[in-house]
Amino acid sequence: MTAEFEIAFDGTPVPAASGQTIGAALHAAGIVSWRTTRYAGRPRGLFCGIGACFDCLVTVNGRPSLRACLTEARAGDDVTSGPDVIRAEGSPDG
Amino acid sequence: MDEQAPDYDLAVIGGGPAGLAGAAAAAREGLSVVLLDAGPRLGGQFYRHRPGEEPARLKALRRGLASGVEVLLEHRVWSVERRPPGFAVHCLAGTRDERPVAVGARALLIATGAHDLALPFPGWDLPGVMTAGGAQALLKGGVLAGRRIVVAGTGPFLLPVAASLARAGARVAGVFEAGPLRAPALALLRRPGRLAEAAEYGRSLLEHRIPYRGRRAVIAARGGDRLTHVTVARVDAAWRPAGGFVEIECDALAVGYGFVPQLELAVQLGCRLGPGPAVAVDAGRRTSVPGVYAAGETTGVGGADLAEVEGRVAGRAAAADLGRGPRPDPGLSRLADRLTAFARSLRDAYPVRDGWRAWLAGDTLVCRCEEVPYSRVREALALGATDARSVKLLARPGMGWCQGRMCGYAVACLSGEDPALVTPSRPVAQPIRLGALASGDAERP
Repeated sequence: MTAEFEIAFDGTPVPAASGQTIGAALHAAGIVSWRTTRYAGRPRGLFCGIGACFDCLVTVNGRPSLRACLTEARAGDDVTSGPDVIRAEGSPDG
Repeated sequence: MDEQAPDYDLAVIGGGPAGLAGAAAAAREGLSVVLLDAGPRLGGQFYRHRPGEEPARLKALRRGLASGVEVLLEHRVWSVERRPPGFAVHCLAGTRDERPVAVGARALLIATGAHDLALPFPGWDLPGVMTAGGAQALLKGGVLAGRRIVVAGTGPFLLPVAASLARAGARVAGVFEAGPLRAPALALLRRPGRLAEAAEYGRSLLEHRIPYRGRRAVIAARGGDRLTHVTVARVDAAWRPAGGFVEIECDALAVGYGFVPQLELAVQLGCRLGPGPAVAVDAGRRTSVPGVYAAGETTGVGGADLAEVEGRVAGRAAAADLGRGPRPDPGLSRLADRLTAFARSLRDAYPVRDGWRAWLAGDTLVCRCEEVPYSRVREALALGATDARSVKLLARPGMGWCQGRMCGYAVACLSGEDPALVTPSRPVAQPIRLGALASGDAERP
């Protein structure tokens, strides 16, 4: 059976289960966006849900640019939203 | 390193129905097989499941791997190349701390599946708007995309999505099919089993009182920071809005206009494509490149049953070509032919019409990653761009993280090109950190 545990999203506890993606855990908790776009600052969350669109990029335990729809949650994960995870990686546009 | 004996006879890329069946069939004929999949569990998108809830059919397929198939999960293939006497498959292994790994094989089976075909419309970037496949994937992980959901797009996939969302407790406010509702019936009559399946979905929609309307499209999504409403319009035969505008309250939209096969690995190897967005294959699912096979959605979108049969055909062909000589199986070939014909008729019954362009406003994003609005695409065209490539160079659609997977179809259409003929040329099939690229491959221990 799936084990229940917690992850943190910007410091707030969010329940998750083993085998559940971070994106699914956030969505289930009513959090539908976790980054904003580079130019217009628009919110983004899950779109394609299977790793193709890269809209759902998130920072986990300080590691940026992970796809929330693919990355399975682990107990104690510290998930943080960002103005733009692309800029955090130091792209020339940032 | 050249001319070194490859690690395996066959590398199968993708652990969905096609890859699973292909790996099992090849191993049964005595090949040493490695099966690579990006996910943490086998099954692909169709058999996506939570740990401990493995679908029965997947369990059966997985039993076929017991002898002679090594399974490498969480291996994302970003490049394949010829390395005589076979091929090198370059992967990123692991999820959070990915490391480069290379696998060598005499032959390759490409079974990388497909993702949803998304069309742009005002507000399609709002949180709460999701592809139909995305909503389905979320549900297979036990989470509803929303409480009150609109399902829209075209094709038979909308029905199972709506039915499963309703069964799981969502209120489905409507299913809006942009094409006519009559078309699919003709295609479905070719396969009575599927007709029964369609009838089952129909019953499910009735039971949950879900309206199913044809010639209707979601032409806009509304909301501030998240979706609150969609605008549904009646559309003409070309899908241009033709009145009947209705605002429907919802917190999620599941929208899909069919599927786009993931062809980049086949393109990297120089496999011939066509007809349509698919790898060209012969009856044995051999591509134009000797030693490379393709099965499942990469040879034309056709669903899980066909994918499984194609995988078996390809695995047996690979074994035969490597001198194992499996006994001919005319029954399997006939089944493959029948399912392929059915898949084609179903695809033909749900074409994407180009009237969706009339849904766009100047500020509608065409490219989600680089936030390129329709007005900038028009400027590029006015500057003289005559194909998708020059539009991309001038206005940057398709230059972001998704490498044009989400906007490629739309940009091709808007640039006056046939989207089926725009080759997905991605030398790097998966984004890779520069450090990993620089460090080179670790050979398999």
